[in-house]
Parts: sequence; structure tokens; C-alpha cells
Amino acid sequence: MNQARRNPLNMAAMHGALILYTVIALFPVFVILINSLKTRKGIFREPLSLPDAETFSMIGYQTVLRQGDFFLYIQNSLIVTVVSLFLILLFGAMAAFALSEYRFRGNTVMGLYLALGIMIPIRIGTVAILEMMVQAGLVNTLWSLILVYTAQGLPLAVFILSEFMRQVSDDLKNAGRIDGLSEYTIFFRLVLPLVRPAMATVAVFNMIPIWNDLWFPLILAPAEETKTLTLGSQVFIGQFVTDWNAVLSALSMAILPVLILYVIFSRQLIRGITSGAVK
Amino acid sequence: MTALTLSHVYKSFGKVEVLKDISLDVDVGEFVVFVGPSGCGKSTLLRVIAGLEDATSGEIRIAGDVVNRTPPAKRGIAMVFQSYALYPHLTVRDNMALALKQERQPKDVIADRVAEAARMLNLGDYLDRRPAELSGGQRQRVAIGRAIVRQPKLFLFDEPLSNLDAALRMNTRIEIANLHKTLGATMIYVTHDQTEAMTLADKIVVLRDGRIEQVGSPMDLYNNPANQFVAGFLGAPSMNFLPADRVGRDGGRTFGIRPEHLTIDPAGPLSGEVTHVEKLGGDTNAIVDLGGGEAVTLRLFGQHPIRANERVTLGFDPDRAYFFEPDGSRSRAA
Ligand SMILES: Nc1ncnc2c1ncn2[C@@H]1O[C@H](COP(=O)(O)OP(=O)(O)O)[C@@H](O)[C@H]1O
Ligand SMILES: [Mg+2]
Repeated sequence: MNQARRNPLNMAAMHGALILYTVIALFPVFVILINSLKTRKGIFREPLSLPDAETFSMIGYQTVLRQGDFFLYIQNSLIVTVVSLFLILLFGAMAAFALSEYRFRGNTVMGLYLALGIMIPIRIGTVAILEMMVQAGLVNTLWSLILVYTAQGLPLAVFILSEFMRQVSDDLKNAGRIDGLSEYTIFFRLVLPLVRPAMATVAVFNMIPIWNDLWFPLILAPAEETKTLTLGSQVFIGQFVTDWNAVLSALSMAILPVLILYVIFSRQLIRGITSGAVK
Repeated sequence: MTALTLSHVYKSFGKVEVLKDISLDVDVGEFVVFVGPSGCGKSTLLRVIAGLEDATSGEIRIAGDVVNRTPPAKRGIAMVFQSYALYPHLTVRDNMALALKQERQPKDVIADRVAEAARMLNLGDYLDRRPAELSGGQRQRVAIGRAIVRQPKLFLFDEPLSNLDAALRMNTRIEIANLHKTLGATMIYVTHDQTEAMTLADKIVVLRDGRIEQVGSPMDLYNNPANQFVAGFLGAPSMNFLPADRVGRDGGRTFGIRPEHLTIDPAGPLSGEVTHVEKLGGDTNAIVDLGGGEAVTLRLFGQHPIRANERVTLGFDPDRAYFFEPDGSRSRAA
């Protein structure tokens, strides 16, 4: 430890800055949570005060649970997010392994081609994607969303993971080859565990945009039985009246599943960092 | 019988030719050391033998069979890496057993061989630990154990000691020498350290820039180097080189003399000022500045009262002197 880091004044300043940031980041979440437990009057009269005996009300949650199939929406969102992440990580890692491990003609060109998607937003192709999904008969299925999100997530996943896989010791992979392990075993048993922190990073980066996306669910899967949570919550936002109690309650409930997913991935991330590879 | 035959092996990465026309025979039971400066292609040659890289051209035979198209696991070899390369998620026991499990050996055979290797390497107490819980020396012993259990036709070592500290390096070196005696196995050992090469090898192969410079027993190479590179690479401190006219021979050529063959001799042809003295107890090394930008290292046995800034005159035994042509090759005419 160096002097600067042990200095109590610096420590205080550092913690102060971090605490300030935490407060700023959590404040909107906090406001949503307290207001979801208030009456409509309570929300508008004093948006920043805690619910008290007079303003406390569960009306928002009751509306959300009565209207629309809220649990189906959550389930749809979870399926789409988890399956997309799984496919992004699986295919992204496999492509990254091939690019970093094998010398073949066109390796660099292929890597650049796969990374190109990072710079081109997938929404530009929305019309073509919709036509394709119509042709394939995938409109109003969860698969249409899963396919689009997987395509959207792959470029960055390949880019990040191949960088990390290049750092995995060649000797380790070669030891596996001499011991008779197949390339698949080397990939799944030796390399993947060592790039787990990078996998968790990719997962976290992809999870939030997929979970919160409104665009593609609205265009590709707006049917009642395939609505995602974000789309389902829109019914409470009208052109003329918005049911704020319901909107805030729906948002509060939507935070929970992503929070759980996030905790799972970030624990992986920390475990990966602390366990470390054996040189 | 030959354990390994290389004939005219070439290896290029793209346009860069890393190995050039390597031909070599290794007899069964021999301990062969590849030695050469960093980047000269030693590891690449070892990986070509192991099958981890394909030779661009040339033929590789192990125990008489051409193995150019055989995958590494089927070549009957085992390899020990500089970075140990242990499987981080497996215990010491499973690290050693993995290759045998892949070969579908019976359970009792696996258990016996692992136990035997653990006994030879004193790893009995660590069998249930993971690599992260071992010291560097222990990890390297596990890596050696992982090679032993396979009972390979050919052991390949790639700088196995260079991550260890000096004391441990010496112990492990002796352990490897003993292992070679006990197992009677054929071993190929790569190092850039000439001490390891001299102490371990039956046969040394000196490599430079992807070419074999000379092959022979350690004393052979030491006493009879084929060229200036080999002469300068083997032996520590390394051989002194001077323009031959400094010792009264015809110019153009290079004169070489090992530090231990220089003597303090008032009638000698070389004189200069001592600039630095290293007293090692057993030996005394001195660097003598001869003027004109030339300096030689002088090695005196035992403890010697030589001091810095002293002027000395040096002589040598002409039978111990070497001469090299301008292209570096050995010149036989004295
Ligand atoms: N996979 C590779 N691709 C391109 N060049 C390589 C590769 N492996 C080794 N080389 C080159 O081959 C030369 C010899 O390397 P290496 O066999 O590792 O040397 P050594 O083990 O003697 O230090 C080096 O110049 C290195 O840059
Ligand atoms: Mg090397």
C-alpha cells in the first residue's frame, strides 16, 4: 500500500465521493419505490416524502396485478433475457476461441467482420428484420426477440472474449492436447473457467438493454401472450391519462428480476477475479 | 536404437523461417539438451516434436515410426512446460491421472502409477491439494509427475527450471538427473542456461537462429568448439576473444582463450590494469583492461590477493588457445 492510499484524509475523500455517487445513482430508484406505495394525491403533493398513514396505499400494485397478465410478462422477459444471454455467451465464446486459437486464412478479416456489428446499430435494419421474421413465420414469438438480441449482442461479446482468450496460457491448452483432451474439452473445461470474469462482464453489459428494450417487442412480438414486461407496462401510460400508481408499481416489480440476475453474474465476476489462474 | 530421428525439418510462421534444416538422431535412454539464446527456436523445435506445431517440411520419427500426421496424445510423448501448465480446477492426483483416464486405463493401474510417481517426487502429502495451494517447486514436481505416469517413449522438457529460484533450481536439476537414471528414459530438455546443459546432458545440441551449430557431449563441445559462437556460449565466465594480432599472430583472425587458462605471468604477452575483482571464495575472477577497448576475464583458482587498479601481465598455454576465422568458423592452424 502506498502512502497516498493510507492517508486518512484521502480515504475520507475517496469514500465521500463513492457514497455521493451511490446516493445519486440510487435516488431515482428510491423515489420510484416510495411513490409506488402512495396514493395518487400523495405522489403529486409531496413526491419526495415517505408514505405515511394518510398517503400509504397499495392501489398501484393491485391495478398492475389485476390488469393484464403481469406474471406472464415477467416470465416472457426472463425467458428472452436468459436465453439470449446464454446464446450470446455460448456462440460469442466459441467464435472468440476459434479466432484467438487457430491460425487459418482470413482469420483477421473474419475477426474484423464479426466486430463490425459493434459500430452499426441493429435498429437500422428493423424493417428488413421484420420482413424476415414475417417470412419465417416468427412474428409474435419469443424466438424472434431472442434471435435479434443474440445477433445484437454477439459482436461485442466476440470482441471482448477473444481479447481475454488470447491471454489464456498456451502451455495450458498444449498440456491438454498432449494429455489427449479434445478441442471441445479444452474449450469448455480449461479455457471457459479462466475467462469467467470476462463472460460475466459481457452478460451484465447485454442484460440491461435486453431487459429494458421496448422497440423490438413492440414491433416483432406485440401479441398479448408474448408481451415483455416493458411493453406490458405501457398500457398504464395513456395519451391523455397516465396511471402513475400502476406505472411506478410495475417499474418497482420489474427491478427485482434483473437485480437477482445481476447478483448472480457479479458474484461470478468476483469469484473469477479472486480465484485466479494458476500460472 | 533411435528414439527420435529428425530429418531436414523446416518450420516457418508465415514468411519467417524459424527452423532451418534440422537433422538429428537421439538414442534410446539418452539425455539430450537443446541449448541456445532466447528466440533461437528451441521451443518451436520441441513443439514440432510434440506435434503441437506441424513441420513445414521434413520428417519426424519417434521410435522408428513416422509421426508427422499423428496427434500429440498418440505420439508416446510427455511434456513439462516452463509455466507448469497444471489444470487449475483439478487436484494434484487428478492432474496426474487425467492423461491415463483419457487413455481409458483401468482404475487400479492409474492409482498405482500415480502413487509411484508421487513417491518418487515426494508429493504424497499433496495429492488432494489444488495447484493454487502449492509452491512453485511443488507445482513443477507435479508437472513432472504428470509426465512420468504416462510412461512415455520420450520426455520433453521446455525450460522447466527457469521460473524457480536459484537454490530450488539446483535441487530440481539433481532430481531430474536422478529421474533420468532411475527411469532410463529418453529425455529432451530445452534451456538457454549453459550450466543446465553442461550438467545434465549426455549430448548437447547448440542452436542459433533456427540452425544446429554443433552436436556433441558437453566436454566435446567445451574442448573442441566448432566455431566462435559455440565457444562463447558454453562455459562461464565465457571465453575471451581478442584480435589475434594482440598475441602476435597473423591479423584478421580472432584469438580465444578461456578465463581459467589465463595465468599471471610476468613474461606473458598481455598486460593491463585490473578494473574489477570478484572474490567467490573458491575462485577469484578479475576483469583486466588491456587498453584499446579490449578487456579479458581472468579466473584464478582459490583466494588470490589481486586488487583493482593493479597492473598485471598475463600469459597463457598455447595448447589451450583457439583461433577463429573472420566468418566465425574454427581455424585449425595455430
Ligand atoms: N506462433 C508463432 N507465430 C509466429 N512466430 C512465432 C511463433 N512461435 C514462435 N515464433 C517465433 O519463432 C522464434 C523462435 O521462438 P521460440 O521457439 O519460442 O524460441 P526459444 O524457445 O528458443 O526462445 C521467435 O523469433 C518467435 O518470435
Ligand atoms: Mg522457449
